[in-house]
Amino acid sequence: MWFASPKTLKNFGVLGMNSRNIEYIARYNPRHLYPVVDNKLKTKQAAIKAGIAVPDLLGVIDNNWQMKGLADLINPLKKFVIKPARGSGGKGILVIGSRDFDYFIKSSGRKMEMSQIHRHVNNILSGLYSLGGKPDSAMIETMIEYDDVFNDYTYEGVPDLRVIIFKGIPVMAMLRCSTHASDGRANLHQGAIGVGIDIKTGESLLAVQHNKPVVRHPDTGRSFDGLQIPNWQQILQLAARCYEMTGLGYLGCDIVLDKNKGAMILEVNARPGLAIQLANAKGLLKRLHNIECLSAEDLEMTAEGRVDFLLAGHCG
Amino acid sequence: MSPRAQVYFLALLLILSGLSLVVYKKQVMGLPIWPGKYETVWTVEAKVQFEASGGAVKVSLALPKGQNQIEVLDEVFSSSGYGFNLEKEGQHSRAVWTKRSAGGSQSLYYKLALHQQEKKNLSVDNTLPPSIVTPDWSGSGYELLRSAADSLIENNRQRSAGTVSFTQQLLSSLNDENNRDSQVIFSSLSEQSHVDTTLELLAFAGVPARIIRGIYLDDDRSRIGTTSLIEIFDGNQWLAFSPLTAVQGVPNDFLIWQRGDKSLLDVEGGQRSRVRFSVLSNDVPARSVALDKAGYEKVALVDYSIYSLPIEQQSIFKFILLVPLGAVIVIFLRVVIGIRTAGTFMPVLLAIAFIQTSLVNGVLIFLLILGVGLFVRSYLSRLDLLLIARIAAVVVIVVGMMAALSIISYKLGLEQALTVTFFPMIIIAWTIEHMSILWEDDGPLEVMIQTAGSLIVAILCYWAMTNRFSEHWMFNFPELLLVLLGVIIILGHYTGYRLSELLRFRYMRQQ
Repeated sequence: MWFASPKTLKNFGVLGMNSRNIEYIARYNPRHLYPVVDNKLKTKQAAIKAGIAVPDLLGVIDNNWQMKGLADLINPLKKFVIKPARGSGGKGILVIGSRDFDYFIKSSGRKMEMSQIHRHVNNILSGLYSLGGKPDSAMIETMIEYDDVFNDYTYEGVPDLRVIIFKGIPVMAMLRCSTHASDGRANLHQGAIGVGIDIKTGESLLAVQHNKPVVRHPDTGRSFDGLQIPNWQQILQLAARCYEMTGLGYLGCDIVLDKNKGAMILEVNARPGLAIQLANAKGLLKRLHNIECLSAEDLEMTAEGRVDFLLAGHCG
Repeated sequence: MSPRAQVYFLALLLILSGLSLVVYKKQVMGLPIWPGKYETVWTVEAKVQFEASGGAVKVSLALPKGQNQIEVLDEVFSSSGYGFNLEKEGQHSRAVWTKRSAGGSQSLYYKLALHQQEKKNLSVDNTLPPSIVTPDWSGSGYELLRSAADSLIENNRQRSAGTVSFTQQLLSSLNDENNRDSQVIFSSLSEQSHVDTTLELLAFAGVPARIIRGIYLDDDRSRIGTTSLIEIFDGNQWLAFSPLTAVQGVPNDFLIWQRGDKSLLDVEGGQRSRVRFSVLSNDVPARSVALDKAGYEKVALVDYSIYSLPIEQQSIFKFILLVPLGAVIVIFLRVVIGIRTAGTFMPVLLAIAFIQTSLVNGVLIFLLILGVGLFVRSYLSRLDLLLIARIAAVVVIVVGMMAALSIISYKLGLEQALTVTFFPMIIIAWTIEHMSILWEDDGPLEVMIQTAGSLIVAILCYWAMTNRFSEHWMFNFPELLLVLLGVIIILGHYTGYRLSELLRFRYMRQQ
């Protein structure tokens, strides 16, 4: 059969797009909280205020007249990332991994000239990557150097951890590994690999690419079996703190593991995707229902308390 | 009440009130639920042309009003710079245009929309004929003509039983090329028209006769002249005959423009005058023809309905009322099926454009503009333009392509492509922009998927919006908007799986 019956999906407890939009996002994410997550600059400010680790901000370009300062800003830098503050789905993110005299070398190995970077920032400012084409600002951040544990699990890009957090409790996690097909981006619909991670232990469960199970990384040949995320409990606590930081009841946060600085929040998403269920071979609904059954008093806990609550097996 | 129950209660309330209004309209006002048969409405245009000699001009054209088998729905007189007047002479009316001074070639138009009633409802015309004016053939030059006419009439009278059969016999022998008498008559009256000669001969025989001028209502005829019939009075009523075939009766598709021997067109102060007719047919539901006339005005639901608007606005509303239907289809396809489209309601706008261009042409034009637009846009992206400037540039290119497409197709004689102007250009420019970003980010496959998705949705909307039934229902029962609103509310609360998700999560069961 080339499609699953609605009954199968129901038995798996798969959360569908309509149900996610109406019963979770609309119900638990008040609209006025969106700007904090939709603008990465604001997310960063909120995270710093909440004491959550984020990649360092090196500079911001808000207007066309600030473009003159771009060269001064990036010339001393060897490695950096330029991203649109209001971009979505990893669009418009430019990662420069090294320099070759005047050239900037992308993580994929392609050379770029200063003028090309100029144009890219220009595109960001004019809103090419933002929702509805609204004018945007460009952020320049330090480049993440991913933890050695991910060597050979990713290709030409930084892997990130997506954790779904419902009412402050982490419910499902997935590691997103870039591939050659995804052009170094950790975006599943562009061909990145999603590796389901056991929410309690941090061990890999299953890998999918293009909604289809895979065993090995297509570019490196490394099998995803036996992958263990280090410091899992800390990561869960970091993720759980995004709830206090944003106030969103249903959110997805993207976490990176830096070789030197440890776990950091990359961004927070108020409309996290559904592919995580495929990578975990498990629907979200059962876990969400279990948490919905808890009373407000039950949930009056700190982030650490909620993670302990989860690890103690109270959420199914 | 929980929000969910409220939603369903409200939706149900809307649907029920909409449907009950429909039932009320059907039961009390008799509006039919199913679209009735279509009736043909003819648009006839008379174009008067002449060379004005520089002085005062007076043009008078006989009008078909007052002829009892037609129903005039609308008439327009177009006459720039001319004074205009309607003159009534008994049953007949004439349009009179006047101008103090005019020179050069002049054109005047008279246009009417009419609906032709069944011929059997024709009332019998039994007005008494005026006294017969016998033609003056007394001179010596007419001796041969007189004897030929006498012999022809005598021959036919012997072979006939009454006035009707006599007329038929006379008409056929006049058309008989081998008849010696008719040859003589036509050669001695060669400067007259066939019909005039026939009328004179009937007068000579003492049969009251007159001419009928009219046109045949054939679809899409332009610049045609009038055709003449002959009518005789048999003692009780007037009966029409074709002078060429001698067949009795007015043909079904014959529109009588003028009866009697008064001229069709009089022009004072001009020469080389002529009148030419163009005919166009239009199929309109019987309902709207009837509603135009019927005494529904007192019923509030009709009085305060779309029917109370002028015809032009009505036809705009006919369109607008179909848009919500397209919106419902878009919502259904996105929420229940899960088709990805470029822009939420762009397919509805596309469908509206398709209605104007016809489906196949519309799809081809859309793909052509999109393709060329993407090509040009890929070059523009190298020029470092700001987004707004880039979209404006794409708009200019889209407009330029529309102009080029129109001109080329017009030169090639393809009138259909002229309707390209109905394409929503700003929307298409945005679509091109959206698609080109999509191409860069997600590759050509995603562009293809979204283009195909948009087209499928647009075609389905087109189908629903051009459907005879939906057109009839939305226009006659605008209350159905309430039903659509209810359906939208229910669809907006659908939390089940999308059809596309059954495909997306198909590997879920392998665990």
